[in-house]
Amino acid sequence: MNIYIKNGRLIDPKNELDVIQDIYIAGGKILAIGDKPDVFRIDHVLDASNLVVCPGLVDLSVRLREPGLEYMATLESEMNAAVAGGVTSFACPPDTDPPLDEPGLVEMVKHRARNLNQANVYPIGALTQGLHGEHLTEMAELRDAGCIVFGQPNGLLGNLRILMQAMQYASTYGFSVWLSPQDKNLAYDGVAHDGEVATRLGLPAIPVCAETIAISNIILLANEVDVHIHLCRISSAKGLAMVRTARQQGLSMTCDVSMNHIHMSDMDIGFFDSNCHIMPPLRSISDRDALRSGLLDGTIDAICSDHAPVDEDAKLLPFGQAEIGATGVELLLSLTLKYGMEMKQPLVKVLAGITSKPAKVLGIDAGHLSPGAAADICIFDPDIYWKVTSPALLSQGKNTPFLGMEVPGKVRYTLINGKIVYES
Amino acid sequence: MINRNPQLDKNRVLQHLLTMEGLPAAILLQILDTAESFVGVTERDVKIVPLLRGKSIFNLFFEPSTRTRTTFEIAAKRLSADVFNLNIAVSAQSKGETLLDTVDNLSAMNADMLIVRHAQSGAAHLIAKHVRPGIHVINAGDGRHAHPTQALLDMFTIRRYKQQFHNLRVAIIGDIMHSRVARSQIHALTTLGVPEVRVIAPKTLLPSKVERLGVHVFHDMNEGLKDVDVLVMLRLQKERMQGAHLPSSEEYFKYYGLTPEKLLLARPDAIVMHPGPMNRGVEIDSSVADGHQSVILPQVTFGIAVRMAVMSILAGHQV
Repeated sequence: MNIYIKNGRLIDPKNELDVIQDIYIAGGKILAIGDKPDVFRIDHVLDASNLVVCPGLVDLSVRLREPGLEYMATLESEMNAAVAGGVTSFACPPDTDPPLDEPGLVEMVKHRARNLNQANVYPIGALTQGLHGEHLTEMAELRDAGCIVFGQPNGLLGNLRILMQAMQYASTYGFSVWLSPQDKNLAYDGVAHDGEVATRLGLPAIPVCAETIAISNIILLANEVDVHIHLCRISSAKGLAMVRTARQQGLSMTCDVSMNHIHMSDMDIGFFDSNCHIMPPLRSISDRDALRSGLLDGTIDAICSDHAPVDEDAKLLPFGQAEIGATGVELLLSLTLKYGMEMKQPLVKVLAGITSKPAKVLGIDAGHLSPGAAADICIFDPDIYWKVTSPALLSQGKNTPFLGMEVPGKVRYTLINGKIVYES
Repeated sequence: MINRNPQLDKNRVLQHLLTMEGLPAAILLQILDTAESFVGVTERDVKIVPLLRGKSIFNLFFEPSTRTRTTFEIAAKRLSADVFNLNIAVSAQSKGETLLDTVDNLSAMNADMLIVRHAQSGAAHLIAKHVRPGIHVINAGDGRHAHPTQALLDMFTIRRYKQQFHNLRVAIIGDIMHSRVARSQIHALTTLGVPEVRVIAPKTLLPSKVERLGVHVFHDMNEGLKDVDVLVMLRLQKERMQGAHLPSSEEYFKYYGLTPEKLLLARPDAIVMHPGPMNRGVEIDSSVADGHQSVILPQVTFGIAVRMAVMSILAGHQV
């Protein structure tokens, strides 16, 4: 079907465009931007007057909870949530049950996702078998099954020799390694940032050095091994400063931050709000402010939702026992817009953090509106505010620290490969 | 979302007692004054008043306790309430029932008051948020967070022996990091206007930024005990020696245990308190625990009057 998107404010961060222009879609691809091609039969018109037309969002962390954790969420529910959030491509971490450490599991996820004919799913392969940090996975086989990067999402391996070997093996095939910089021994039984709030509430704490020591180890290892490292979910000012220095010294390293961490701090835990039980923990306000600046100066490449739907009963527990995680893929756009407004940044710059830049980190051809590219497009109304409530979310996970807040920006249409997969 | 103080209703009347933090001094003093009137009751031959006749009070202890549970039970019975003890550790929860399911069941049994102890910080807040209006929750200790009735009985004891709060130096000694008692005491003491609250402990037993709670931090007993009016010794749990908090109970006693010699550093009329249960020879020497400056047993006695006061105020009775 040929689609004509007219009168939209077209914002394409990669090509640094912010203009009112029309888009012509044919054969699942962007055929032309601006003037109508000579030969173009219009099947469908989308009037995007007063709306923003941007590349479909690319989210570096969306947990589908399959296989194994279907009581929290299912592929269907979360894929629907993703497109409702304007997300057209995303990476899913391997921390399922069992973890994504075998080609069969990855093929199953890819196959199930493909049948739903929605967002492009990029499973992150487990770096080690069972994510136990002891034996390497068959990375080349996993690549053939559909993994393009490899990660260890549940904290840093205790055994640095094995981490080094995993980096060496991954780099053999040119895979980048995605690591969550948190030292497990230092994090121990902690559930909140080691600061005044945890002290006041009597919550076991995770010091900032759990992150900085992990980053330090990763940097030193990456200096020895010629491998690209992506750090998932930076949470502290000190950790960020180390990444900045390492990059200035030429290390091939990227990093992302979750949208939770650029808006919230440990103060938001209030009276034990278990929706704020996330990992890494929400840190201090000065850490949050540093992360915001890190996005501005480009040290942080991308904002992700860190979508982790959780069964509601599992949150109705005392803070420390409540399941870790928050739903988020439907909030990524709104919370990024909110960040941009608060920082007084132009949309074209802010949207780069959820389109072209994460696409580059993931190494996929997505997140831009160039002619010839797949027509993965998000069309949203930037002027509407909506209230985050349980019924307003399609995700099976209803827990987010933003519940009850008014946030800007509502997705109107999501297109994938030139097909309208969401409309509101 | 910012919630208002969940302990107070919109007219700032006490609905639950969950923590000392955020309660105005007037409410603390009201509880202490009410407790004074109950001390008389507990000393009479007939130790019962009919204030809570017909009320159902449930002791909901998810963590074992003998003394706290017993003093709550005695306090409730002296107010003529019906008291039910639920030994959760061996009943519902071991059969897989969730915390809030247990609470819902008690609501269905028309409970008027729930007295809750739980190993997790925040458990009492969670329950208070969940119960239907009209049911009052008293926190009898949640994780490392709060133990408000213990702090109130400590304040009561201090006022009994020292009359005033505004001219005191109080030192809390020991495992501050893991202590819900210490946190509640610190909030109560600063709310009541004690000008100098000290904490004395090795760095492994102090939570970070503890000074933000309004205390002066000491690591050396010889400095920290100088000229104090009140000493609060905290229980040191044996688990602390298994990890890397402390090397041995012997070394701990040598540097942080309260001996008659160290007590001489404090003011001559200083009182020695301990929330119990004591580890003699670990945090406190027997001769101090049993000495003339010790008020450890009166603390237990006052605990009953203070808990009677809390229950009667929550039930809407001013005395």
